[in-house]
Amino acid sequence: MINFNVKNKDHMLLIGFIIVVALAPIIMAPIGGGYPDLLQKFAIFGIFAIGFNILFGLTGYLSFGHAAFLGVGSYTAVWTFKLLTMNVIPALILSILFAGVFALLIGFIVLRRSGIYFSILTLAFAQMSYNLAYSVLTPITNGETGLQLRLHDARVLDGLFGVTRGEGLPSTSLFGMSMSGWSGYYFCGVIMIIAFYISIRIFRSPFGMMLRAVKSNQNRMSYTGLNTRPYTLAAFVISGMYAGLAGGLMAITDPLAGAERMQWTASGEVVLMTILGGTGTLLGPVIGAGVIKYFENIFSSFNDGILMEAFSWLPEFLQHAMVSVIGLFVGEGWHLTLGALFMVIVIFLPGGLIEGISRIGNVIRRWRKPKPLPTTEADTAASE
Amino acid sequence: MDAFLLQVLNGLDKGGAYALIALGLTLVFGTLGVVNFAHGALFMLGAFCAVSLQSLLTLERVVLDPEKLTAWGTPMEIRTPYIVEWFGDFGMTLIDWSVPLAILLAVPIMLLLGVIMERGLIRHFYKRLHADQILVTFGLAIVVQEIVKAQFGANPIPQPAPSMFTGSVDIGLMLGFAENAVVYPLWRIVYLLFAGVVIAAVFAFLQYTTFGMVVRAGMADRETVGLLGIDIDRRFTIVFGLAAVVAGVAGVMYTPILSPDYHMGMDFLVLSFVVVVVGGMGSLGGAVAAGFLLGILQSFASMNEVKSLLPGIDQVVIYLVAVVVLLVRPRGLFGRKGVMES
Amino acid sequence: MSILSVKNVNKQFGGLKALNEVNLEIEAGTVHAIIGPNGAGKSTLLNCFVGRLDPDTGSVDFDGVSLLGMKPHEINQVGVSRVFQTPEIFGDLTLVENVMIPSFASRDGAFRLNGWGQVADENDVRENAMELLEDVGLVEQCDTVSNQLSRGDKRRLELAMCLVQKPKLLLLDEPTAGMARADTNNTIDLLKKIAKRGLTMVIIEHDMHVVFSLAEKISVLAQGTVIAEGLPNEIKGHPKVQEAYLGGAHL
Repeated sequence: MINFNVKNKDHMLLIGFIIVVALAPIIMAPIGGGYPDLLQKFAIFGIFAIGFNILFGLTGYLSFGHAAFLGVGSYTAVWTFKLLTMNVIPALILSILFAGVFALLIGFIVLRRSGIYFSILTLAFAQMSYNLAYSVLTPITNGETGLQLRLHDARVLDGLFGVTRGEGLPSTSLFGMSMSGWSGYYFCGVIMIIAFYISIRIFRSPFGMMLRAVKSNQNRMSYTGLNTRPYTLAAFVISGMYAGLAGGLMAITDPLAGAERMQWTASGEVVLMTILGGTGTLLGPVIGAGVIKYFENIFSSFNDGILMEAFSWLPEFLQHAMVSVIGLFVGEGWHLTLGALFMVIVIFLPGGLIEGISRIGNVIRRWRKPKPLPTTEADTAASE
Repeated sequence: MDAFLLQVLNGLDKGGAYALIALGLTLVFGTLGVVNFAHGALFMLGAFCAVSLQSLLTLERVVLDPEKLTAWGTPMEIRTPYIVEWFGDFGMTLIDWSVPLAILLAVPIMLLLGVIMERGLIRHFYKRLHADQILVTFGLAIVVQEIVKAQFGANPIPQPAPSMFTGSVDIGLMLGFAENAVVYPLWRIVYLLFAGVVIAAVFAFLQYTTFGMVVRAGMADRETVGLLGIDIDRRFTIVFGLAAVVAGVAGVMYTPILSPDYHMGMDFLVLSFVVVVVGGMGSLGGAVAAGFLLGILQSFASMNEVKSLLPGIDQVVIYLVAVVVLLVRPRGLFGRKGVMES
Repeated sequence: MSILSVKNVNKQFGGLKALNEVNLEIEAGTVHAIIGPNGAGKSTLLNCFVGRLDPDTGSVDFDGVSLLGMKPHEINQVGVSRVFQTPEIFGDLTLVENVMIPSFASRDGAFRLNGWGQVADENDVRENAMELLEDVGLVEQCDTVSNQLSRGDKRRLELAMCLVQKPKLLLLDEPTAGMARADTNNTIDLLKKIAKRGLTMVIIEHDMHVVFSLAEKISVLAQGTVIAEGLPNEIKGHPKVQEAYLGGAHL
């Protein structure tokens, strides 16, 4: 019979995920990633990519404008901090809500088209939002400076609940627990676990199955009595809400929102994370986000001095040559590595790292288990 | 009326650049069926051909003159470009004309780059999903852009037009308007003429040569042309090279209008894609018409009168047009029926 | 009682009159074949039944409801399923998933945001799907990705996808086109089995062997008009049909 017993597997996956998130500080320490700021970034971009994957991985609609929803989430969160309270819960709820509404409006229009037209439409909308954030919407976005907290912000709810105003700028908190350092990371981590769990549920639900059907054959879908538009719109809005959540979390770790978060290169980054890890897989996008943010952190901190030291064992002329070649890819040149990675993945490993891992797994299994066939043949030959 | 004319003229030069980039984009899409996100990078590379030629021509010999002293009492440095040392006044002229001369450099370079790109990368993506094509060329665009950044730095590098074209003309005066009402830089006129010539050349090439006929047939029905036993692969390579050359020379000539920097390709690409979509995927005439149309529209939207009426319209007008066109007439203004309409 | 009633339908493409005053009544519980030479307008007519095209004039009523202006998914929801000439299946999904999707569509309607329920809990839908796969003889391959099937198997899968919805009317567009003889015979047997259950079917077909093995009633379409209609025996000897169809040769 069919193996529909995926539930147990998913539970194992989730438990493993929780353990990794909990132990990340220890796991990442030996490779220089065991500090809260970086891990927090992993979690935030992980959420962003998980959400993007619900749209791109399941339905195949390639959006080049998801950073716009991230931006909306960030602006909403900072405004909540300014107007209502420094507590993070209302900020997150409103971020998700606003991003969702924004995604609903945009999705309603852009989902009239599919394929490359959809990609270009999302790109057009994201660029429009970005341009507007820099120009007309300056009263809301504070233009190039970015939206920041001020001492005399209203913070109505904090006032009502008698939170005393300090001397300096207030910081974000969860009912008094500060959102910086390790508590900040674990807060983001818990949210990522919830986000991951929701994504598992969606993947395994009839709704998720319909989304995969959208990717596979829309024509058959409508002749099967299914209306594809609301399905794609729902996926679009859900992934927009994930992006809004990620944007809100960014504002929590650093209460400043700028329009550059909405630029289309930022949208390109989440696409890369998703395909790098493995489009349409549960774990892929999180892995992709982690790998990219980790290497960004490591690579962009390298400079020629460090490289010269690393290659000091080489003869001098070789040392200089190596440094100048590798220097292209690190530090300021990190984006070059990113672009090259993009190409390599699409060309050689369209299934992403998850596919790569399973390929390696297959090779190892074959290598460890020598073919049983010759022995049986020998046996039969002997018995004859 | 004169204000109207001025805006049209202002829109034309940007429109010329859009048209030239969009022409190549749509040519490649129509024949090869590939969505090339790296096309903007080719425009940018063209612009940097001009930058390279200029820095090559202005390589200087530095001589210390002990007779003359600077304010700090050190011997004054006398810098003379080698080319002036060798050729005298002719050398000066060469430096002055470095931008138009760069075309001679850009044509072979861009052709070569185009062929390498098609043979080495694009060819393997004919049969892949559009999403994959977008992703891989997007990656390539980032790579090219970052290499240029590493080589030439992040700041724009101004490129002067030849001195005989640096001034402006008072077109308004010629047409009987008030003095200084419609003043237009000379180089932009040159650019417009240039764009017109290139567009005409591309169309003539496609219209009147056998090669062009095959390409047009290929745009209409790729499979049949392949069945006719025509070596379509080699022609595709040439088409891609041609598109690269058109984008490249457009980039060269645009440098006096906009000082080139490493991300100009991306900036123009997004807009050129919108142009292609508005004109109609795979429609050459549509790309040119939409390029100029959107250029002019953008220039009108940035008039103060319009901006005060509709704040921010200058930032979004092109995208708005694209959205409306895609929703109302998805095949674009001039697109053939059934081409990528879904 | 007629379940599908087509009255005075006209459809023009540019200068070409694809359908000219077509009238057709499909009796409930019968297998009705529409035959005709290439370009007779068979596919155009079929497309008018499923919402892909709307006729210029005339009416198409199904079970008392007008199908005009309805979208494909709405027409399916009132009980019309269609098998395509080239199999339209969910190629990236497994066979059992392919059959479960239409089953969900009949149970939950055109859209349901069921993102929290789990497919693994939908035992009745799965069992239903397995039964249908059993019916068409594909139950062994239920976990394979459907892209890997042969063309004949794909078509049988598509048939299972339609049947799982328990449609009131099943439209088949050349169900044996491009099949080997053995496959064709298998398909005929399968369709006969289904017909016995009382399902109304409309078949468009070129292969006369298939038509005369299955059809209880035949309409002949030529140049956009119904030129003859009747029982298989009547059609076989009909002079007008022979002329239009084979230029006078005997069937």
